[in-house]
Amino acid sequence: MQPRARLPAVAVAALAAALAAATFSAASRAAGGPPRAAAAEVTSLRDGEGRDLTVGQCMICHSVEYIPANAPAMDRAAWQKTIQKMKDRFGAPITDGDAKQILDYLSANYSGKSS
Amino acid sequence: MTALTRREALLAAAGFIAAGARGQENGPAVSSGGDAVLAALPGKDPLIQRAFRPPNFETPLADLVPLYTGNAVFFVRYHLPVIPRVDAASWRLQVEGPSAQRSFALSLPELKGNFPRVSLAAVNQCSGNRRGLFSPRVPGVQWGNGAMGNALWTGVRLRDVLHKAGVAADALEVVFNGADSAVLPATPDFVKSLPIDRALDESTLIAFEMNGQPLPHWNGAPARLVVPGWTGTYWMKHLTNIRIQPAPFAGFWMKSAYRIPTGAFPTVRFVSQETPETTPITEMLVNSLITSPTPAARLRRGEPAQLAGKAWDGGPGIAAVEVSVDGRHSWREATLARELGRFAWREFQLALDTSRAGPLEIAVRARSRNGATQPETLTFNAAGYHDNRVQTVRVEVS
Repeated sequence: MQPRARLPAVAVAALAAALAAATFSAASRAAGGPPRAAAAEVTSLRDGEGRDLTVGQCMICHSVEYIPANAPAMDRAAWQKTIQKMKDRFGAPITDGDAKQILDYLSANYSGKSS
Repeated sequence: MTALTRREALLAAAGFIAAGARGQENGPAVSSGGDAVLAALPGKDPLIQRAFRPPNFETPLADLVPLYTGNAVFFVRYHLPVIPRVDAASWRLQVEGPSAQRSFALSLPELKGNFPRVSLAAVNQCSGNRRGLFSPRVPGVQWGNGAMGNALWTGVRLRDVLHKAGVAADALEVVFNGADSAVLPATPDFVKSLPIDRALDESTLIAFEMNGQPLPHWNGAPARLVVPGWTGTYWMKHLTNIRIQPAPFAGFWMKSAYRIPTGAFPTVRFVSQETPETTPITEMLVNSLITSPTPAARLRRGEPAQLAGKAWDGGPGIAAVEVSVDGRHSWREATLARELGRFAWREFQLALDTSRAGPLEIAVRARSRNGATQPETLTFNAAGYHDNRVQTVRVEVS
């Protein structure tokens, strides 16, 4: 049970990294040209209902750039499968209620699969 | 041909120049998905950042031009986010298991000093290299061409270490674990196995050097497995534990991940892990990469221009690389450079005919010594593995 107790600390660290990355990203764009610098955590998901919950849950284990990167392969059914995999196979502590909100957010904002 | 600066070539590989050519000022599009950026991990040069955590960084095309891929630009691929900086002085490699007659631990000086040292050039290619080029698109790290590299690996033979333990007659698989780990206790640790015969193959190494230098942190320091001819998933980084056992290893990363449809590809079988539906990915397929000209290049009419690239396979070695510039009606053999070994990539080149202005489509297909060649079409599989289609590049002669 001790590892569970560490979770909030991890999430806090991840959010701190998120803020740092957002600052870097803005500075880079202001300087012009493509971003190129020390590697940093990418955290800027699209605005939308459920975004903060999605960022908070997903970033326990991975940076959220996986989400836009995978959008072209995803639709609602694929996101449903992915969230289920994160829960069942990787042990993500996502409640059913949260899973529904995350699914709604990802489906609405990152479903790029051509049908 | 217009010579690209390294920076331009890096940017072209990441999709930035293409985006600029379409007149997009903001939000450069990347053909293989996401807003990939060039970014440097500590100790690394800027690479294409596919994901920060766990770190997945791709080698830009320009850095795949040298015969040996540099340690600072070699691709980085992790599954789990907790990656300790392993202290070489206190590191130990534990060798054990129900099919080991003896258990022992090796320090780094013992690993280096107690077994014959071997150097071998080999391609390390991620199973999912080119996944981002799949059609239809499939989930996973959206790699372009650069989840691969060619290096000179120095270490000791795994079989010498296994023989020191004593391999029992019932040994079926050898299981490998590394120092990386998950955040959540319920997440399966990244653990892989090999069939006993592949583990005992003379080419399978425990490497501690890459291109004559100690392994970089991001590529598995202080020691990693090298399984020439097999995809990168088996090349366990930060190796800490080797277990010889009489039963198939049942972990997630063998039973559920890194699997292909049974019988879909002409590669060696991993029988103890096979089901009627799926089987573990094993060897790399015969494949090639065009490094020059790049898609952004403009060739000048009447001026000399070279086609250049690399070809590799799962171990038979490259017999020929064929090139077509007439829509695949006729094929000419490119010149092959000397062979570094059957597991290394082999360089090819061919002078291009630039006498006519207009578009020039160049198609390249490598042929292995076992007769296998690159196909025109993708054998679709849900995990996005084994894209070894005929390679093409379209350039403009003007």
